[in-house]
Amino acid sequence: MSLRLPAAVPGAKIIGLGSAQPDHVVTNHDLAQRVETSDQWIRDRVGIVERRIAKDDTSLVDLAAEAGSRALKDSGLEPTDVDTVIVATCTMTAPIPNAAAQTADRIGITAPAAFDLNAACAGFCYGLGTAADLIRAGSARNVLVIGAEKLSDWIDWDDRSTCIIFADAAGAAVVTAARTPEEVGVGPVAWGSAGDQAATIRILEESTNKLWQHGQAVFRWATTRIAPVALDAVAKAGLTPADIDVLVPHQANLRIVEAVAKRLRKDGAREDMRVADDIVHSGNTSSASIPMALDHMRAAGTVRSGEIALLVGFGAGLSYAGQVVVVP
Amino acid sequence: MADTAEILSGLAEIVEEVAGIDTAEVTADKSFVDDLDIDSLSMVEIAVQAEDKFGVKIPDDQLAELKTVGDAVSYIEKNQ
Repeated sequence: MSLRLPAAVPGAKIIGLGSAQPDHVVTNHDLAQRVETSDQWIRDRVGIVERRIAKDDTSLVDLAAEAGSRALKDSGLEPTDVDTVIVATCTMTAPIPNAAAQTADRIGITAPAAFDLNAACAGFCYGLGTAADLIRAGSARNVLVIGAEKLSDWIDWDDRSTCIIFADAAGAAVVTAARTPEEVGVGPVAWGSAGDQAATIRILEESTNKLWQHGQAVFRWATTRIAPVALDAVAKAGLTPADIDVLVPHQANLRIVEAVAKRLRKDGAREDMRVADDIVHSGNTSSASIPMALDHMRAAGTVRSGEIALLVGFGAGLSYAGQVVVVP
Repeated sequence: MADTAEILSGLAEIVEEVAGIDTAEVTADKSFVDDLDIDSLSMVEIAVQAEDKFGVKIPDDQLAELKTVGDAVSYIEKNQ
């Protein structure tokens, strides 16, 4: 006797993008009122000019639902068409209930498979890889993948090394089946982790219960280990670096973004490859940063539908994931 | 194995590439932070390139001890 499985489809593609940010802008000058820092120091070290911080009355699920609704609208699908919702997040203040089921309900998606996924700043790429494979295997038809973070709940506002970096946001993508191999718009995921370095980005449970990171160690890891992951994702998709129109790395720190781009160009990426710099006005929003940056670039006309984008996320865990996608 | 002068000139090239400081400015007596105005993240980039170039390991805790260009040159010379 053998069990019946659904028919496999050729692959998956992204058909909608959306993002959401709180209204409240916090500038470097605002932060300099609170901690010993300056606008120039922050610009030089992390490349951030301003970020958005949610007020108490805006929850992580509020941001997730807003980004998800916008992505759905962009896709042309109805909420009832979605059968799976994945929320990548690492900043829920309570582990129960999860964010995904509530978010789905808020959007009007009926009884979907709904789960949270914690791969920190790599979360969106983990979620997108999972979504594409669920679709390819026939387990899902239309998946809403959302990266949503309210990092402000975990920021130590007296720690000048971290409070200048992190911010709140959500970014989302609608992923659906590709009917033919030519239609496939999400490449294979290149992913992994380095749990031996788990202590370099963590919540300080023994003291402040806030987020802390070993800046130099993370910077070294990100500037040396992430470009190879991105190159692996390109190779897995059967492309070469010269095929990449736009690079969208996790917006951790502008200097990391620039280091990854520089390394990829040494390995054949084009000089005219566009590189996401959404961090300048959005801060580091962990799992939200990649879909939000892509959404913002498309809205600004920096990226066009049909172009080839290379996504790569990396962060606490340590964890990392990347894939090539066709911009919807 | 590179000698002292070769390490200094190799290190100066790295500092120039990472921080845009003319190689002539990078002399043994200069402090990375106080004289050359190099920040902690650029120090990591310099360390990573020096590791590749000279075949040494410069861990983050060791890096913090390398205050001057001369400190870095002697560390590399001893550990290459």
